[in-house]
Amino acid sequence: MTSNLLVYLIALPLFGSALLLLAGRKTDKWGHLLATALSAGAFGVGLYEFSQMLSRANDQRAVTQKLFSWISVGSFQVDAGLMLDQLSICFVLLITGVGTLIHIYSIAYMSHDRDRRRFFAYLNLFIAAMLLLVLGDSYLNLYVGWEGVGLASYLLIGFWNQKPTYATAAKKAFVANRVGDLGLSLAIMISFATLGTVSFAGVKAHAGQASTGALTAIGIMLLVAATGKSAQFPLQAWLGDAMAGPTPVSALIHAATMVTAGVYLIIRSNFIFDAAPTAQLLVAIIGAITLLFGAVIGMAKDDIKKALAASTMSQIGYMVLGAGLGPVGYAFAIMHLLTHGFFKAGMFLGAGSVMHGMDDEVNMRRYGGLRKYMPITFATFGLGYLAIIGVPPFAGFYSKDKIIEVAFNMGGIKGVTLGTAALLGAAITAFYMTRVVVMTFAGNKRWDEKAHPHESPALMWVPMVLLALGSVASGFLFTHGNSLVNWLAPVVAPNPAHRSEMLKPAVVSILALVVVLIGVGIAIMKYLRADVPVVAPEDVSIFTKIARRDLLQDDFNEAVFMRPGQKLTQALVLTDSAVIDGAVRGVARMTKGSGSVLRNTQTGFVRSYAMWILLGAIGLIAAIWVVTL
Amino acid sequence: MTTFIAPALSYSLLAPILIVLGGAVLGVIAEAFLSRAIRPTVQLSIALGTLVLALAQVWRIRHASSLTAAMSSVTVDGPAILLQGSVLIIAILGVFLIADQDHFTTLAAALPGSPEERDAQRAGEKLTEVYPLTLFAVAGMLLFPIATDLITLFVALEVLSLPLYLMAGLSRRRRLLSQEAALKYFLLGAFSSAFFLFGSAFLYGYSGSLSLAGIHTAVEASSGNQVFLLIGLAFLSVGLLFKVSAVPFHAWTPDVYQGAPTPVTAFMAAATKIAAFGAMLRIFYTAFANAYWEWRPLLTIIAVITMLFGAVVAIAQRDIKRMLAYSSIAHAGFLITGVLALNKSGLDATIFYLFAYGIATIGAFAIVTLVRDSSGEVTDMNRWAGLGKRSPFIATVFATLLLAFAGIPLTSGFIGKFSIFSAAYESGNKAVVVVGVLSSAIAAYFYIRVIVLMFFTDPLDDGTSVVIPSILTRATVIISFAVTIFLGVFPTPLLNFISSTAIFIR
Repeated sequence: MTSNLLVYLIALPLFGSALLLLAGRKTDKWGHLLATALSAGAFGVGLYEFSQMLSRANDQRAVTQKLFSWISVGSFQVDAGLMLDQLSICFVLLITGVGTLIHIYSIAYMSHDRDRRRFFAYLNLFIAAMLLLVLGDSYLNLYVGWEGVGLASYLLIGFWNQKPTYATAAKKAFVANRVGDLGLSLAIMISFATLGTVSFAGVKAHAGQASTGALTAIGIMLLVAATGKSAQFPLQAWLGDAMAGPTPVSALIHAATMVTAGVYLIIRSNFIFDAAPTAQLLVAIIGAITLLFGAVIGMAKDDIKKALAASTMSQIGYMVLGAGLGPVGYAFAIMHLLTHGFFKAGMFLGAGSVMHGMDDEVNMRRYGGLRKYMPITFATFGLGYLAIIGVPPFAGFYSKDKIIEVAFNMGGIKGVTLGTAALLGAAITAFYMTRVVVMTFAGNKRWDEKAHPHESPALMWVPMVLLALGSVASGFLFTHGNSLVNWLAPVVAPNPAHRSEMLKPAVVSILALVVVLIGVGIAIMKYLRADVPVVAPEDVSIFTKIARRDLLQDDFNEAVFMRPGQKLTQALVLTDSAVIDGAVRGVARMTKGSGSVLRNTQTGFVRSYAMWILLGAIGLIAAIWVVTL
Repeated sequence: MTTFIAPALSYSLLAPILIVLGGAVLGVIAEAFLSRAIRPTVQLSIALGTLVLALAQVWRIRHASSLTAAMSSVTVDGPAILLQGSVLIIAILGVFLIADQDHFTTLAAALPGSPEERDAQRAGEKLTEVYPLTLFAVAGMLLFPIATDLITLFVALEVLSLPLYLMAGLSRRRRLLSQEAALKYFLLGAFSSAFFLFGSAFLYGYSGSLSLAGIHTAVEASSGNQVFLLIGLAFLSVGLLFKVSAVPFHAWTPDVYQGAPTPVTAFMAAATKIAAFGAMLRIFYTAFANAYWEWRPLLTIIAVITMLFGAVVAIAQRDIKRMLAYSSIAHAGFLITGVLALNKSGLDATIFYLFAYGIATIGAFAIVTLVRDSSGEVTDMNRWAGLGKRSPFIATVFATLLLAFAGIPLTSGFIGKFSIFSAAYESGNKAVVVVGVLSSAIAAYFYIRVIVLMFFTDPLDDGTSVVIPSILTRATVIISFAVTIFLGVFPTPLLNFISSTAIFIR
């Protein structure tokens, strides 16, 4: 099937971003409205395509659209083509739907910003790039969207670049993402070299002929890419710092969309991971590590956005774990991704609303008792909270329990380890989310006299309410009659083979509920019953200290990657500067002093350059000799 | 009595070179006889007219039936046409930049700071010799990639190099730095030329022939003294690797790029690479194709250290021209990867890369000429901070060109890198591809750092500003921007044209 409408999904927001950027100040008055309308338009196109898909038979639902032949030389054929199937439509609706709500929210949130038009241009650019990422029909097209998303997120995180911490945050995000991109480009390169194609359909068809070694290599490289974009271990350090951007950005990029690109990539490449068990196991392990890692950091954070960021990292860990469990896990990973899109975006918007009312204060120790002043924010945030900790019948209960269940049912030591990690993660999640809610909305007032907390305008709370509805209902809808699993079946066929049932679903649910209650209980004891000090106490255990420092991730990166890298660069520069920079300094002296210095410095340094050439020539001959011996 | 047989020169095939040389001679005459007032305009017209005419001739002979000219000392085949066309297009853009005389000294012969220099400056003299010099250099660059015997190659090498040595010393500001650069370039260039010549002698000793075809036959038959072949091969490579600034023959590059007037740097960086890699492709793909077992490991090592060295050392640079110089070293490594592939796709990819890189390079340096303060160009990177706020258009173009250098999709650089790496992979040289991708990831760091600096850092209040470009400079900037994007989005027409044209004739 082909459809000519797919391109409009991308073209509408792209047009908006181009217009707002190129037409400049003239569009200041109505630019944000246009951008919102175009994002809604893309959502409309997505809904139309979705309805068309529903009207077709299960295996006829995917549609494609070829735009033009991008690269076509000899064996090197890449079309710029789009593909919308059951997997990508989930993302399209999430991106455009949540994206539009965040556009609406931003109209009010950014109303005092002089550069609101530019902000909306970037938002539209982001939506377009993200749609290209999920609609591309080959790894190369995906890569274009991947880089575009990186660019747009960079522009958005840095939107308030007057913040001094921004420079390091941006740099960190950049380095982590470059490592990830390196993985993706290597994966593309290996897949082209071994399979002769980079399109999803082509790779899927040829994957059977490739050696397991090559597929494992591709899989691991794709995993590297995913860890960069989705802030997974060991490339997770950037996410917390990226919270420097405006809050709607965190909701859009760091909760609902961009950070899930890694999960999309892994599930889209299911045919590679299914044929490369080692890579698949690695995916599950990375997911399990990250979900604990993020959860532990979340326990110690006092900055509301950073606590939510740590939680995002942890929840994406669940998705990656689900994706690493193979065919039985894919659909549940996607389900958790979608439910998480609702409740986490809602909570980020809620956090933004709190900050809006509290003069941009982010320290939860200076909140307290806000539920009376911001009832709607409290209600929507509360529903998101119930969803994330997995209380039935809210969304997170369905999706997270399924992942825990599937993890246990992998059987053997693997199943027990992964399942226990997921269960433990659920307990910690309950603890730190309760902590966030209690410190913010319950307890005593701890804020300054100057703060006047108030509810946000309707433009801000309406999107929050809609997202809260999603947090309540989506889980039930997705699991009702196995609807999402069946829907995704043509793309990620679930394994038909009988699988061992180590634990019955009901047992898992009860277990999960018990640990969640324990987590909630501890948090209430600690933060509701006792007073919360306004200044973070210093006499805490070494574990808390380490968790506050993000489990030493920065120290680790610095010691293992940054310092040696700097040393290497310095050493190389030193060898070079002995001959080159020395010359420049010589010239600087020379221009000040007399011309007679000229002769001395020059002959000296040219001689050393010539020495290099001579040594190089000797080296060449020596090498040739060695080769031909 | 032996009869004299007039050599068949095939003027028609030589037309581009002859036109450029003719234009250069005309320029010298104009320099001698025309009044000072009209000279700049006339010289600019001669140079541009000549180059456009030569480009038209290249287009005319693109399907030429007879292929060798001047008694088989040159071969006008597909790659020759493509490389000559690229050199001419780059040269036209280069002349656009050179036309901005503000970068050139008024009287090259005067000592820096001497009364003569001040007098010339006061009289408002213009340095118009640079046009004929450019044309001579272009003639050498047109000949270098099509020459098929070692003597012609050497002559072409010298014809292209000598004017460049002079041009590097013509800067108006920081003249000592410029002259030092010129002298260094000259001395080291002479040194490496000697290697080239010495290598030619060994190859003659090996094969008894000066033509590439003759060497090819000898290699195929593996007749002759193998030691001579190896030494000849190594020394010839030194000469070529010097010109493309591969490590460890790169030391001159940062100094010369920094010291030379920026328009000259732009022209030199882009065009010399095309000519030198053109010659390298021809030599390694025709004469030594069967001796690949000897030279491939060698060039692999050179490519690996060149890519890594260029990328890593560029990180530490604080001067934008030096940064671009190290970036050009890294790109030389990527291009050697294409030469190494030794297959048709390697050839196509290298030619595409050369063109794309040349265009982006000339655009990038064109922008460097525009960022100035009261005392001339500002090349200290820190002073480029906040450029995106002051001149969003120029900063966006520069950012795009840097992204092209970094090989980000939707720019020509991505297509170039991807096709060059897949050609290398196809040839089985997987290690070099891994290093290539790795170093392009490293390289992306310093390109994007400049972008961050331009867009996300607050401007310093130190008088740095972007001057209003002249029409010609603006044309260069816009053309290079447009071509870079176009080749990133619609590379197929050019890739197809290259792939159907680029076939070496032995």
